[in-house]
Amino acid sequence: MATTPYYQFKPYNVGRWLLWTLYALLLIAAPLMFKSSLALTMLSQAGYLVIICLSYNILLGQGGMLSFGHAVYAGLGSFLAVHAMNLAGKGTFYIPLSLIPLVGGLSGLFFAVLFGYVTTKKAGTTFAMITLGVGELVFAMSLMFPEFFGGEGGITTNRAYGKPVFGISFGPQIQVYYLIAVYCFICTAAMFAFTRTPLGRILNAVRDNPERVEFIGYNTQRVRYYAFIIAGFFAGIGGGLAAINSEIVTAEVVSGVRSGSLLLFTFLGGATFFFGPIIGAGLLVVALILLSELSMAWLLYVGLIFLFMVMYAPGGIASLIMMNLRVAAFGKLRELWVGYLGLAVTAFTALTGAAAMVEMVYHLQLNAALGPELGFMGVRLNATNLNSWLGAGFVLATGLGLFELTRRQFLTQWSEVQDDIEKEIKRRELL
Amino acid sequence: MSAITCSLELKDLRKNFGKTEIIRGANLKVQAGERVAIIGPNGAGKSTLFNLISGRFEPTSGEVLLNGQRIDGKKPFEINRLGLSRSFQITNIFPKLSVFENLRCGVLWSLGYKYTFLRFLADLDDANQRAEELMAMIKLDKKRDVLATNLTYAEQRALEIGITIAGGASVILLDEPTAGMSRSETSRFISLIKEVTVGKTLLTVEHDMGVVFGLADKIAVVVYGEIIAYDTPEAVRADQRVQEAYLGSSVADAQAGGH
Repeated sequence: MATTPYYQFKPYNVGRWLLWTLYALLLIAAPLMFKSSLALTMLSQAGYLVIICLSYNILLGQGGMLSFGHAVYAGLGSFLAVHAMNLAGKGTFYIPLSLIPLVGGLSGLFFAVLFGYVTTKKAGTTFAMITLGVGELVFAMSLMFPEFFGGEGGITTNRAYGKPVFGISFGPQIQVYYLIAVYCFICTAAMFAFTRTPLGRILNAVRDNPERVEFIGYNTQRVRYYAFIIAGFFAGIGGGLAAINSEIVTAEVVSGVRSGSLLLFTFLGGATFFFGPIIGAGLLVVALILLSELSMAWLLYVGLIFLFMVMYAPGGIASLIMMNLRVAAFGKLRELWVGYLGLAVTAFTALTGAAAMVEMVYHLQLNAALGPELGFMGVRLNATNLNSWLGAGFVLATGLGLFELTRRQFLTQWSEVQDDIEKEIKRRELL
Repeated sequence: MSAITCSLELKDLRKNFGKTEIIRGANLKVQAGERVAIIGPNGAGKSTLFNLISGRFEPTSGEVLLNGQRIDGKKPFEINRLGLSRSFQITNIFPKLSVFENLRCGVLWSLGYKYTFLRFLADLDDANQRAEELMAMIKLDKKRDVLATNLTYAEQRALEIGITIAGGASVILLDEPTAGMSRSETSRFISLIKEVTVGKTLLTVEHDMGVVFGLADKIAVVVYGEIIAYDTPEAVRADQRVQEAYLGSSVADAQAGGH
């Protein structure tokens, strides 16, 4: 599936206005459609994670900078936001809660200016290494300065410190959600706008071929540095919103684990398209809240999915969507749906087998006191019984075998469809 | 006017890699508007010379002067801003950007947009117009939105030249612009190069003798890191040292071919 997506840039098209309107409507309507408090929590988290993942993609997707320390800028944004809220609560100075995310943003920007100067001196592997180093450095500092980072317990705050304005106290979660939604929309639009500016485009050029950029008058180091600062600013805004949302910030927010999950989910969503990280942020929330409830082995599943994506769809979900939209645009999607169905069924079978084994291992290790039996998708499995293992192994092997067969057939079918589309494009060019 | 300043001047330029001397005291004076072909056997140091002039490598000693100003030791982007631009022997473009975007990237700095992120590219009329003009000049206007990676080899070479001339530099260095092209492509390409470099100072590394004699006002012959001859094509052809040191037969062939 390594075909290059065929897309065009048109400055002002109806489709774009429609998409942005839909995006705004989605942000407005989401909490009206899903009314449970769990849904509202998830939506709020998704809102600021969208900002952070998009800001990360300025580095990864647009600038080709593999950062292992992006959580530092979101996290420090969270900390300064939480301190600002506490100071405002004490009456040291007044700042309305709706502007607290900007405090986070400016903090992110400040630290990106500071650390980014060193980080962006080099590109490629060296860049990645330095981000890792800076990440560890900041995380280590969180233990050295408990006054600022709050030690083990973190720093708590109360977001409803101000007098309500027009009845908005930001106490109820729904009000916080809409604050996040407004920032989310504005930041998404701003970051999209950035991709269409001279700096944004030269950043793409630096990603593609840094050496050549040096020979068209640009200092690649500067380009990376400025992009890094902008990414830091938006990450900080996301961090500020996170602090408002959870009213507690612990040192974990600047940790390498957090940075890693930003990288992982931005990639899963798709770094090659602007909207990819939005999907990634959604998946991150689903994984953090739903998948972690469902299974203790959730990180393992996330890891497996990541591996699978890196191998078979390195452009992430966004590129899968765009490739299929292209197929659909040429009216060829109908030919593929049987293939997709086959892939889905066989992949699900393999996954079921693998998941059964994983769950049995986890059960043996962690829930031994509850006896060897466990329920798995409506079936009773016995983790000490060979039959359960054989059964799971059989399901896995069958699933994998059939999946590979289906995949091969699908690939042939897919390339046929792509050839047809290429021909069609050629034909249209001649018209 | 005390002295006429050259467009490009090399003064006793030297470059060592470790203990190996690659460029061993190169001297060259190129007047404004001249077309100079640099020829020489493989490994003579032609590409290294370009890399020294364009700032890719720093010279060990000696001077490079661009319009009278010293540029040796400067960074590539600084040299480019002073009005010298180069192409590469191995195609060096932005593969995941469209033809139009490739060219627009090339014009942005020269039009003074620098690192701005407060204006939309779509509103930069001068940059867009210049990119469209360039696209027409290198005859890729039908491929406007095609990603550079999807172009044919000859088209990529043309795009390479397009990016090189995009910034409006007065001195252009082309490193084997026709490398890997078929004969018919080459002759078309040479007329394209002539067309787009009118009024500019041009230095080009070239292996094809037909191309050299068809394109150049002057020829510089590099052998073992030294410029052993620098003169008009006729004079270089007649030069005994060139015939001995360089592939004499090839020069003689070109002469016999009547180019």
